[in-house]
Amino acid sequence: MEHTGIHELSAAYALDALAGDERREFEGHLTHCPDCRATVASFQETASALAHQVDMPPPPPSLRDRILEQARRERSNVVPLRPRWALPATATVAAVAACAAIGLGIWAASLNNRLGDRPEAVGLIGAQGSLIVNPSGEGTLVVRNVDPAPPGETYEIWVIQAGTPVPAGTFAGGDRVAVTLTRKIPDGAIVAVTLERAGGVAKPTTTPLFRTGAV
Amino acid sequence: MARDLAHLSDEALVALVARADDSALAELYDRFGHVAYGLALRVVRDPALAEDAVQEAFLAIWRSAARFVPERAKASTWILTLVHRRAVDVVRREEPRRTEPLEAAPQPSANLTEDEAWLRLRRSRVQEALRRLPDQQREALELAYFGGFTQSELAERLGEPLGTIKSRMFTGLARLRELLADTGREEERWNTPEFTS
Repeated sequence: MEHTGIHELSAAYALDALAGDERREFEGHLTHCPDCRATVASFQETASALAHQVDMPPPPPSLRDRILEQARRERSNVVPLRPRWALPATATVAAVAACAAIGLGIWAASLNNRLGDRPEAVGLIGAQGSLIVNPSGEGTLVVRNVDPAPPGETYEIWVIQAGTPVPAGTFAGGDRVAVTLTRKIPDGAIVAVTLERAGGVAKPTTTPLFRTGAV
Repeated sequence: MARDLAHLSDEALVALVARADDSALAELYDRFGHVAYGLALRVVRDPALAEDAVQEAFLAIWRSAARFVPERAKASTWILTLVHRRAVDVVRREEPRRTEPLEAAPQPSANLTEDEAWLRLRRSRVQEALRRLPDQQREALELAYFGGFTQSELAERLGEPLGTIKSRMFTGLARLRELLADTGREEERWNTPEFTS
């Protein structure tokens, strides 16, 4: 499609008036069209002003409680749990949650950022720090105040895509850890860290201690 | 652990949410929950579905706050965009589509809180801006945004070529952006610290 034609779709996209396949196609266009990204960002601001147009009753108070309760429950999924549990179920849940978040649409801002020159930093859930990902998918995990791994054990990093964790490096812990992942991070994957036996294992045997949101 | 987050900007709250601070999520909900629910309800036309859409959107905020880039967009836009996308996806799953108008519930006018008063001012400005749009552009914007229709469904519904609908939405949104920018400048003037603190 010629550019002016597709540029016009910025409005339909901002209004969420594209069908699923059209939406995906336009998001593909956005990845290499800074003009359209800028138009979408400004149109989304205009469109969201429409939300203020109508006088509607307030939500029931229970909704607030439900949201906060669910949010806290998700966070507690990633704190250390003993006794040990097999990871795959947890990882799948987390990966599904991550995909659900992405399914809400590629947010133009994050898209912009991912395609820009500077790396993207993704916060960690369950620990202080972030995962820095450059546009080609290479990642560095930066985390603070991680207790040294017990003797005979190591922290192992996992890149989890579509519910399948693959090993991406190990580290010993410490006040300031910066470790480059041995594996590229595909779009939509999450990165998690478990405690494993020294030397690392091929598949996680414990629940994640902390993780990122979707990268 | 009650902390006063009221002085923080929306963007600062999102940054705290990215660090899994649930009190910041609560504050964001307190700021945007009402507008978010109103938007979702207007789109999905069913209180239970509207609650689902708002809940999913706020959990998406919780999970993906780290991806928010304040240089690129306002937090309020990000949040309402997530809510709207969620609501539209919900309504498109529901068949048949309900199209009867939903009565807005007028709020009691006495004892407005300051927030409600600002909301009301904002609302009257958006309504005024919409009134100044040509009818066909306003219709296209409202059906798309509140009806959850795709552009192709709109073309069919309005009996117009798809190209006409696309350009109505584009021109309408561009014009609305101008009109809101005009009122926004006015609002900014009144919303400066010497008037609000």
